Amino acid sequence: MSASEAVVRPGPVPLYDSAASRSRALEEARALWAYRGLVHELVVRDIKVRYKRSVLGIAWTMLAPLLNMVALTLVFSTILKQQIANYPAFFMTGAIFWAFFSQTTSTAASQTQDSNEIAKRIYIPRSVFVAAAIGVGLVNLALSIVPLLAILLVTHFPIYTTWAFLPVAISIEMFFAAGVGLWLFTFASRFSDVREMYTVIVQTWFFLTPIVYHPAIVPAKFRFALWFNPLYYLVQVFRKPIYDGVLPSPALVAVSAALSVVVFVSGWIYFANRAERFAFHSG
Amino acid sequence: MTAAAILLDKVSVRYRIPRERIGSLKEYAIRRLKRRLYFDEFEALRDVSLEVPGGETVGVVGRNGAGKSTLLRLIARVMPPTAGRVVVWGRTAPLLELGLGFHGELTGRENIMLQGALLGFSRAEMRRRTPRIVEWAELEEFIDAPVRTYSTGMAARLAFSVATDVEPDILLVDEALAVGDERFQMKCHARMEDFRRSGKTVFLVSHALAAVRENCRRAIWIHEGRLVRDGDSASVTELYHGWSVGDPVALPQAL
Repeated sequence: MSASEAVVRPGPVPLYDSAASRSRALEEARALWAYRGLVHELVVRDIKVRYKRSVLGIAWTMLAPLLNMVALTLVFSTILKQQIANYPAFFMTGAIFWAFFSQTTSTAASQTQDSNEIAKRIYIPRSVFVAAAIGVGLVNLALSIVPLLAILLVTHFPIYTTWAFLPVAISIEMFFAAGVGLWLFTFASRFSDVREMYTVIVQTWFFLTPIVYHPAIVPAKFRFALWFNPLYYLVQVFRKPIYDGVLPSPALVAVSAALSVVVFVSGWIYFANRAERFAFHSG
Repeated sequence: MTAAAILLDKVSVRYRIPRERIGSLKEYAIRRLKRRLYFDEFEALRDVSLEVPGGETVGVVGRNGAGKSTLLRLIARVMPPTAGRVVVWGRTAPLLELGLGFHGELTGRENIMLQGALLGFSRAEMRRRTPRIVEWAELEEFIDAPVRTYSTGMAARLAFSVATDVEPDILLVDEALAVGDERFQMKCHARMEDFRRSGKTVFLVSHALAAVRENCRRAIWIHEGRLVRDGDSASVTELYHGWSVGDPVALPQAL
């Protein structure tokens, strides 16, 4: 782009130059860091509003998986006659894992409308909305540790030292969810039906992933299908330290981490390059 | 008043509007397969060049859909230009439209924190500024009540107070001053005057020509995406008014 004479002016370095060449992915990352206060504020807002609006408030976050657990324990342990030792513990670990993934990604998919309203008027890096969804998910995850511990104590289930591995497992899941969230956010900005479609997809995905059942009940001839499901690996990384009391194998961790990184980095680059055009379909 | 605050160099903005509004992925996929996807291009701004030094107050006039808001969006870096270059020296603070980013369930104080964060400020910074913001907005008694209980005028005062307290170098105002009582309008005017005197730049988009004359030294007239007049606010608003009420001579021949 040729700049006219007038463009060269004394004075401070411009804060914004539409013609400056830049890597959008890097720029978005820098902007997200600069607006980390906003991420914090959005997470706080979400929690406060939830707390103010309902009688149960935060308690609901802890009660919901418990109620689910009771229902599903009844269904899966009696009707399907599954042989899973301490099914409540098995279920709760899976449910917490799943709640984080489905909540954060669904929020990312459904937030585009609100965020566009704001982003049409003031400049904010739009990745703050995905980051906030992750932040809220992490708070919920931390809260749901309470009912999990309650269940483990009530059912006399041991609390293994391998719990110490959880931060790694959660980080892997977090980056995977963020990556999926970024892809969804980008699609949902363009197409309004992505949100509804994702509701269906995430439900189907739930039943295709060994969350409430053991992979062993999948008939051998279909078991290969699990290999193509990233969440099949991720849920094991999360569940093994809590339920089996062992660390996931290095190979399993490596595969999961690699999947997360690929989904996250590709999502970030795609998102960053589309972000400016989201609100307006311009250009 | 030496360095430019804002510089637009031959800027154009084109929106791509699908001829039929295709909002769903299913429909899009089907049409793409059938190769029946048509777009209309709409040029919101054409070849606009503009230089605004620091400390200038600029009013923007023009009909609905002339491209005034698009101009503000470019300066606020909310959207990139399709062609040309936009350079902004300094920090912009758009006067958020009423209620934008306000959450009804949260209190005034909590909303100040949220608004500040939307403008890119840290929590510590906003906590420091809160008393002054509340004082200017005259909301001391209500600041810990949920914003949903506020009147329109109260919400407007809070929004204006936040946007101007954060000391942007460039303030962008889009029709926001039309609300509120006379006292509020006067306070807004005084504050914009302070702004101008301290060397800051103000952009005011308004249909209220009196407000433009009162608050701005300079005015630009945008017609169908082109900058057709740029001069002192009294003469530009007079020309624009003359054209609006049907004086054909007023619209420059260049069109």
